[in-house]
Amino acid sequence: MSSSDTIAAIATALSDSGIGIVRVSGKKAIEIVNRIYRSKEKDRDGNDLPIKSLFDYKSHTIHYGFIYDGDELLDEVMVAIMKAPNSFTMEDTVEIDCHGGVLVTNRILEAVIRHGARIAEPGEFTKRAFLNGRIDLSKAEAIIDLIHAKSEFALKSSVKQLKGSVSDAVRKLREEILFEIAHIESALDDPEHISLEGYPQQLSVKVDDMQKRVDRLLATSKNGKLLKEGINTVILGKPNAGKSSLLNLLVGEERAIVTNIAGTTRDALEETISLNGIILNVIDTAGIRDAQDVVEQIGVDRAKKYAMDADLIIYVVDSSVSLDESDEEIIKLMKEKKTIVLLNKTDLNTVVDEDELRSKISQIYEHLSDGTDISGDEFDFTVIRTSVKENVGMQQFEETIRNMFFQGEISFNDEVYITNMRHKEALLDTKNSLEMVKKSLLDDMPEDFYSIDLMSAYASLGTIIGEEVGEDLVNEIFSKFCMGK
Amino acid sequence: MSELQQNKKCSDKVSGIRETVDVCVVGAGHAGCEAALACARMGLETVIFTVSVDSIALMPCNPNVGGSSKGHLVREVDALGGEMGKNIDKTFIQSKMLNTSKGPAVHSLRAQADKADYTREMRRVLENQEHLTIKQAEICELLWEDEEDGKKKITGVKTFTGAVYEAKAVVLCTGTYLKARCLCGEAITQTGPNGLMAANHLTDSLINLGIEIRRFKTGTPARMDKRSIDFSKMEEQFGDERVVPFSFSTDPETVQKEQISCWLTYTNERTHEIIRANLDRSPIYAGVIEGTGPRYCPSIEDKVVKFADKERHQVFIEPEGLHTNEMYVGGMSSSLPEDVQLAMYRTVPGLEHCKIVRNAYAIEYDCINPNQLYPTLAFKNIDGLFAAGQFNGSSGYEEAAAQGIIAGINAGRFVQQKEQITIDRSQGYIGVLIDDLVTKENFEPYRMMTSRAEYRLLLRQDNADLRLRRIGYEVGLVTKEQYEDLLDKEEKIQKEIERLHNTKIGANKKIQDFLEGHGSAPLKTAVSLAEIICRPELNYELIAEIDPERPPLRYDIAEQAEINIKYDGYIKRQLKQVEQFKKIEKKKIPKLIDYDDVPSLRIEARQKLKKYRPVSVGQASRISGVSPADISVLLIYLESYDYSRENSENSKNGIEE
Repeated sequence: MSSSDTIAAIATALSDSGIGIVRVSGKKAIEIVNRIYRSKEKDRDGNDLPIKSLFDYKSHTIHYGFIYDGDELLDEVMVAIMKAPNSFTMEDTVEIDCHGGVLVTNRILEAVIRHGARIAEPGEFTKRAFLNGRIDLSKAEAIIDLIHAKSEFALKSSVKQLKGSVSDAVRKLREEILFEIAHIESALDDPEHISLEGYPQQLSVKVDDMQKRVDRLLATSKNGKLLKEGINTVILGKPNAGKSSLLNLLVGEERAIVTNIAGTTRDALEETISLNGIILNVIDTAGIRDAQDVVEQIGVDRAKKYAMDADLIIYVVDSSVSLDESDEEIIKLMKEKKTIVLLNKTDLNTVVDEDELRSKISQIYEHLSDGTDISGDEFDFTVIRTSVKENVGMQQFEETIRNMFFQGEISFNDEVYITNMRHKEALLDTKNSLEMVKKSLLDDMPEDFYSIDLMSAYASLGTIIGEEVGEDLVNEIFSKFCMGK
Repeated sequence: MSELQQNKKCSDKVSGIRETVDVCVVGAGHAGCEAALACARMGLETVIFTVSVDSIALMPCNPNVGGSSKGHLVREVDALGGEMGKNIDKTFIQSKMLNTSKGPAVHSLRAQADKADYTREMRRVLENQEHLTIKQAEICELLWEDEEDGKKKITGVKTFTGAVYEAKAVVLCTGTYLKARCLCGEAITQTGPNGLMAANHLTDSLINLGIEIRRFKTGTPARMDKRSIDFSKMEEQFGDERVVPFSFSTDPETVQKEQISCWLTYTNERTHEIIRANLDRSPIYAGVIEGTGPRYCPSIEDKVVKFADKERHQVFIEPEGLHTNEMYVGGMSSSLPEDVQLAMYRTVPGLEHCKIVRNAYAIEYDCINPNQLYPTLAFKNIDGLFAAGQFNGSSGYEEAAAQGIIAGINAGRFVQQKEQITIDRSQGYIGVLIDDLVTKENFEPYRMMTSRAEYRLLLRQDNADLRLRRIGYEVGLVTKEQYEDLLDKEEKIQKEIERLHNTKIGANKKIQDFLEGHGSAPLKTAVSLAEIICRPELNYELIAEIDPERPPLRYDIAEQAEINIKYDGYIKRQLKQVEQFKKIEKKKIPKLIDYDDVPSLRIEARQKLKKYRPVSVGQASRISGVSPADISVLLIYLESYDYSRENSENSKNGIEE
């Protein structure tokens, strides 16, 4: 219930549209977005104008630029600025229109959160709009139900999303933290009965272990996200190798522009495909080649960028054309990525066969690794002969993807997964609190200081499994520690 | 005789005595004394009733005032203009600052009292207080009339002998006396603490008024004859070398005096065997006691059963006063029969030949569910009626005094037709205590604990005056002179903090040598004195030699400057949390709100809100069973609420706006 926080959320449904809007509202909205935004504006002659701060812009204006996460470019975006009170929430509001699909939109949201916003509660933008007097009474009654339904649903669904193993891990961690707080607190309340002699050292060891477990849970958030939000898949290949046709085949409709003129797919297209329950977020990219056209160059650069962020690369090779430098570029992108190579257009005259392709890849391996030991982990690929046009090899392609999941290439079984952004945020809060505890321990601060941070960690973990703090501590103190008189 | 007949008999009595006063305070324990003194000092004609004038401010259980978090309460009562701190400063025989190895927020004073002196001194203060009359009488009935809006209004009290005292406000501080029952094994007596007369009539009158009554229990250990104890087998526990007074108005020099020792010994396996073998004779384990006992103050039977793996439990032997041989046996309260008690005590090293002066006993009494009260300690449905102390389901002298002064102030302000005051959770332990009582479900006598105060880094015993003196001055319990002292202190603290931030020291040899001498890293560039104080291995006092410009400052001023600098990061974090807290706390809920009109509340939340009738959205959010979603719903409903119908109500019964 802290209405002075700055909140953020993805305002569009996470779907195949390829365009996502991240909405940020609150006192620090402009400041936060400004930290990750770099303007890219030109004057009439096409020269770059100096980088501007978002603070310099008037309300209700839209600006072109880039979102960076540190030094890493996340996306090119349009940023709309609406200053209080002239926005939906009547607070400063910034909307980031991103074009990079689900993955990038999520990463932009994460960057916004890292820079000081917090994830909005369900219906919170609407609630703020109402509390700030933006919506009138007639609308209010309707949203009361909405907010209620939404927040109840959000809690239920997010708790349901948790696998038993996650809630077990969180519960266990929480129990241990509570015990430590109770130990400290009982000693504070009854110093003559309960001593903390040598306790900070013991706690330090325990907190190390707790931190490791939180990190482990956090690490699973990536795999968990794959399961929930889909595997980010990039289709790479030279122009006209059949990438768009492959996409269309998978999606089942003509979305990408398919012509036989090389370079017709100028921007990335994103489609969400369910393959026997496994979600693929497939991005078709401009064909990689030595592009002359500047606009297309942007597309090519972005393709490389997507490849770096992808969970899976599908490399489409036109087997009717010989391998060239562009193929080398693509093969380099495959480094450290799970890849499926489709030897396409097998219905035409084959110029490149699997052996040639493999030896080409090996050659590039050796070149890249400077003759040192080549481990199989670095290049991990399967080659399939297909003809997308004739629907040849597609069944094998599907099976390969499925096998990658079910045979442990990307494992989804028997592991603890954090799938929800809210949960991830709660874990990050927990991690921060535990770091504060460590810092206080290191600084030799008295016990009563870090017990407060332990309590914050306990509370944060509670939000993951939907449990409040309440009388837990007092109950723990009395049940585990024998208090005085 | 049935209860109804008894009540009727009491009601029918007429003594012909009829007096009119402003405030009646029922009970003269630690709550009653503070309540009555507050009212009288505010200039209101006040009568305080007690079943025995000799038992004013009686300490029927432990001989201490203060302790972890309780010491905070005493300081806060003192800051508001109460008496407890001054009284213990006059009558303590040993004093200790607890938790000094921990952070300043949990430092807490605890003093051993000379019980007889404590009672005598408090009685003297009451007897000499202008506008205050002491009356030995059992109040058996509250007088009231119905008001138009279905509420009731208090008009006075009636004594057992039939005397009527008309009053505009009544404060109930009946402690453990209502229908009290003492249990010592199979022996049960219908008496209050220490064999004093129980008050058996008032409960029925309260029930007639529609007040919900519950039954709690507590207990106390035996007292022993000092001459029968072998102290050579125990560890001696000394007081502090330099005693810090409780009261902000006590000159520290006046409390430096000779102190009496306490003693520490332990139970053992033999003790535990005897207890286990006789559990069937304990009224609690045999199911004779129906009241709920406190978990923080377990009887020795409870400890042995619940913590079966503990080989020994500490036993503190504490003197009850300078002029008595009675020694309090801390840690071994019990309701086992007399013979078992003696056998069990005699297994403890040093107590082998002990003689018991008073047996340990458990006591059961009537009290109320405090959720019938506002955070002002006024009854929600009865105008002019206030309540404080163990009657509200708390435990402890300090908790009682803390509620007493608030109930007294608000009863007084009710009579004066002034706005009621509330201490919130960010202002003091008093606020935490009262909010917990009136907002949360309590199933046992409530004891203050530092872990209950979420903003405890700000609620320190060292800054209680800075937090609460202003309120004490506004209500008229703190003098102008004391208030001006406070303003002066605040200014000096601020100045010193600024000076420490603005004074830079360079990396010269003297400084580097000093730092090296204290195991502190050498400087690379010039830094402020404040930065130096922040180093864990250094403090304000230590760096005096590299701070030649330091002005001569009183200890408490320097202490505030140091704490504020040293723990700045932590303090700022808590201040931020308080800011959030205040926002929602400020959103008041109208008294006349009908929760049936609020759409979409969950059934549980609706029931709880109807029952508790919270005064603010903040308080509502702390009620168990009210979810954040319910709070959103409530906030939205309040936005469109028509406040015009509230105006008359608020001025009459004043909740702070």
